[in-house]
Amino acid sequence: MTASIQIDRSPAQQYLLRLGDTCLILGQRLGEWCGHAPIIEEDIALTNMALDLVGQARAVLTHAGRAQGYDEDQLAFLRDERDFFNPTLVELPNALGGHARPGPGDFALTVLRNFLVATLLKGLWTRLCESSDAELAAIAAKALKEARYHQQHAADWVLRLGDGTDESHRRMQAALDQLWRYVPELFEADAVDEAAAAGGLGPRWADLQADWRAQVDEVLAEAGLTPPADSSFRSTGRRGVHTEHMGYILAEMQQLQRAYPGGAW
Amino acid sequence: MSETATPNEWPLWEVFVRSRAGLDHKHCGSLHAADAAMAIQLARDVYTRRLEGSSVWVVKSADITASDPGDKDMYFDPAEDKVYRHPTFYTLPSEVDHM
Repeated sequence: MTASIQIDRSPAQQYLLRLGDTCLILGQRLGEWCGHAPIIEEDIALTNMALDLVGQARAVLTHAGRAQGYDEDQLAFLRDERDFFNPTLVELPNALGGHARPGPGDFALTVLRNFLVATLLKGLWTRLCESSDAELAAIAAKALKEARYHQQHAADWVLRLGDGTDESHRRMQAALDQLWRYVPELFEADAVDEAAAAGGLGPRWADLQADWRAQVDEVLAEAGLTPPADSSFRSTGRRGVHTEHMGYILAEMQQLQRAYPGGAW
Repeated sequence: MSETATPNEWPLWEVFVRSRAGLDHKHCGSLHAADAAMAIQLARDVYTRRLEGSSVWVVKSADITASDPGDKDMYFDPAEDKVYRHPTFYTLPSEVDHM
């Protein structure tokens, strides 16, 4: 097995890794749908989005790793769990407790999460187009086009299922009830975001909250879905402290490179 | 497949994609979708993944009226021996190449 790499935990590095890891881990989750989506057309759509996200992660991780002498693969496959900084929302499995259907997960939860995250990433990439970091700004300009489509596609599903049959509404509302508690973490201010904002690298994620909430509320209202009451629970993925699900996703993702270092095909 | 054959299936849509050359939309396949908006999105995902398109049209397969294959003989075969319908009998000035 290849030993893990040690990473620079400076605020700027953590800021970039939060972004890259968000794309990487959600891309990995969406990849689990490959070959299993309800219809073949949506199977292709979800897989396209997974590949878009992995492509964005590659660009950001390549950029983040350069200063430390690591490439994208080393950062993706040789970091330990505590050195990943994605919010908990994206690492959750495609189905949460109570979902007893076969297959890779709960389609309602999958499209709702895509909607919540794509709305966030759309806002984030928009702001990052003006980053003081020219390479990050260029990555953002390309990624924004993809994120806009992801957001439209996911919002469309939230509307269709939320405002569809009694059964589809019930499932969407259940997904919203399950995921909503992982939302506050997205917008928590901390020293990493402060440093990025002060240096012009990118916005505090907290600065994106008002816009995000307005867009999300509009779609949820049209879909007839109601967010549950806010809770005091705070997930901590962006600080590198993950749920029990993260180890499994990393094991699957990293196993090959750990067992066959530098393997390529 | 007709729309009514399988009541639990979404209707079938025919997809037309215009390549970036700005030419006409060309038929490239079909897909199932609940409505036109979904058909456009899925057509984008299924048929324009490799830079094939700059514009997409969809139309419900059921809305297309096709000629009857049984009429093929009387519709199309008579054109076979009407060579005079091709503009190949004009003498062109030599400056006009590749007409």
